[in-house]
Amino acid sequence: MELSILTLAYLIGSVTFIIGLKMLSRPDTARRGNLIAAAGMGLAILGTIFLYRQSSGAPLHNYGWIFTGLAIGGVIGFVAARKVLMTSMPEMVSIFNGMGGFCAALIAISEFYHLLHFNTTGTTGGFTVSLFIPKGMMVIIIVEMIIGMVSFSGSMIAFGKLNGRIKDFTFPGQQILNMAILAAMILLGIYFACITPHLMTGGNNLGQFIPAISPYVFCTVIGLAIAYGILFVLPIGGADMPVVISLLNACTGVAAACGGFLYSNAVMLTGGILVGSAGGILTLLMCRAMNRSLGNVLIGSFGGTAATEGQTHQHGGYKEISISDAAIVLAYAHKVMIVPGYGLAVAQAQHACHDLEKVLEDRGVQLKYAIHPVAGRMPGHMNVLLAEADVPYDKLLEMEEANEEFPSADLVLVLGANDVVNPAAKNDPASPIYGMPILEVERAKMVIVNKRSMKPGYAGIENDLFFEPKTSMLFGDAKTVLQQLIAEIKNI
Amino acid sequence: MDLLARFLHQHIEMVYVVVLSIFLGIEVISRVPAVLHTPLMSGANAIHGVVIIGAIIVMGQADAHNFLALFIGLVAVIVGTLNVVGGFVVTDRMLEMFSKKKP
Repeated sequence: MELSILTLAYLIGSVTFIIGLKMLSRPDTARRGNLIAAAGMGLAILGTIFLYRQSSGAPLHNYGWIFTGLAIGGVIGFVAARKVLMTSMPEMVSIFNGMGGFCAALIAISEFYHLLHFNTTGTTGGFTVSLFIPKGMMVIIIVEMIIGMVSFSGSMIAFGKLNGRIKDFTFPGQQILNMAILAAMILLGIYFACITPHLMTGGNNLGQFIPAISPYVFCTVIGLAIAYGILFVLPIGGADMPVVISLLNACTGVAAACGGFLYSNAVMLTGGILVGSAGGILTLLMCRAMNRSLGNVLIGSFGGTAATEGQTHQHGGYKEISISDAAIVLAYAHKVMIVPGYGLAVAQAQHACHDLEKVLEDRGVQLKYAIHPVAGRMPGHMNVLLAEADVPYDKLLEMEEANEEFPSADLVLVLGANDVVNPAAKNDPASPIYGMPILEVERAKMVIVNKRSMKPGYAGIENDLFFEPKTSMLFGDAKTVLQQLIAEIKNI
Repeated sequence: MDLLARFLHQHIEMVYVVVLSIFLGIEVISRVPAVLHTPLMSGANAIHGVVIIGAIIVMGQADAHNFLALFIGLVAVIVGTLNVVGGFVVTDRMLEMFSKKKP
């Protein structure tokens, strides 16, 4: 009875995941979709705790430990997720993803020791016992451990990169080293799949099966997987982190699905595979938004500063504009378009931005936002931030619409965006971002760029836009600058 | 090869589930607007937290006197719960901002 209820709970869980994902892909139903998936997850977890039966038919034990773990993880997860600033959201997603991968790897590790233990002591002296290590299961354990660990260490590095604690790091032969580690892991995995336990015919262990699998070899694979995750993410430029996180997200899904295979657990299997395939597609969609291939993101690491630096310093000077001049230009324009970027996010300037919008609209200025799909640190990051500041949804233009409207705009105000407005993506085939669709702000009558300094953007390349005659630079922290602008405009 | 064929045969139901889920995942996602990429990634991130179920099983089956196993299980349950709870709450926070001002 309990088991059939549990099966039903798992079925409902799987269905809620599918419905949840489906609803998450439409703006008006997304929030409900998330809650539905969460409810299904809760059902599956509760069902497992109380209704799961071991192969011997006994219920689970160690309830104290289970609830302790759930309570600790639940409280930390809830508080961290509530407290985190909207701007650090991508980092948070990366951490939680790493935790999922780590969880999968730990499951694999304990199942490995379980198998090992079971097979070394479960024999009875002298007789041939048909205990053997199920090879398929062993392979799945290894795969789950490798993918989970890679996802864990990779996500941690991605987290470090997103908040700026870890810099891009490359050394000669890095790709070769990565390939070598990958090959070593695959070879060791095959080795695990092929070995058979030995039957001891002499000595103290007479008649016992001693598995030829050494725990040390297993530990080596653990080490290799951690190293691979680190080395795989390290050289990839910060601007590509969203793609990497999405990819690792899909990996964790696959690791979870391996766990489903291990326990013949339908909800883990469907949930994991769904995330694996949906995450994979999402990764490709993100690459497409940047007009780059996945291979290019993973191998052609960004930040080829040495190659581009030599040729980009022949620019003339750039023009600066003062706050009061900028305020006058803004106040007397008919149509202003704002291009928000990561600088706005870092400065927490989304509310100030909305205030500027209100002040300008009171003066009859038409104002719209042009949102590049990958502005900020993640696709849709800017939409989330501006939505937080109550900017109406219909004022946000997507890239194609925005590009059509730029020629009719009197002024474009670029707030902390850089690479997404870099004309080199259109004009300079040698540029690392060549081919990425950009916001063509230079088609407007005038451009004001707010940045903290002339330092290149995330992709590490110069931006010709800043040296255009129609461009003026307005240096300073986005929030401070916006507040000063608002004060000035009110005085006009 | 033989091993692989035998494995597939033994687990054919699960293999079916895997194959169908792959197509389902692709189908469900393929027409999502760029605006929703981040919340969707975050939501999918929460869903793979289903791995917590494996952690609970490991924990519940562990020998009550084997402290190493108990410890590994405990850590697995904690990080799994972090993934689930944190993932859903973060996603909800992102989406809260969208739904507030639907046109």
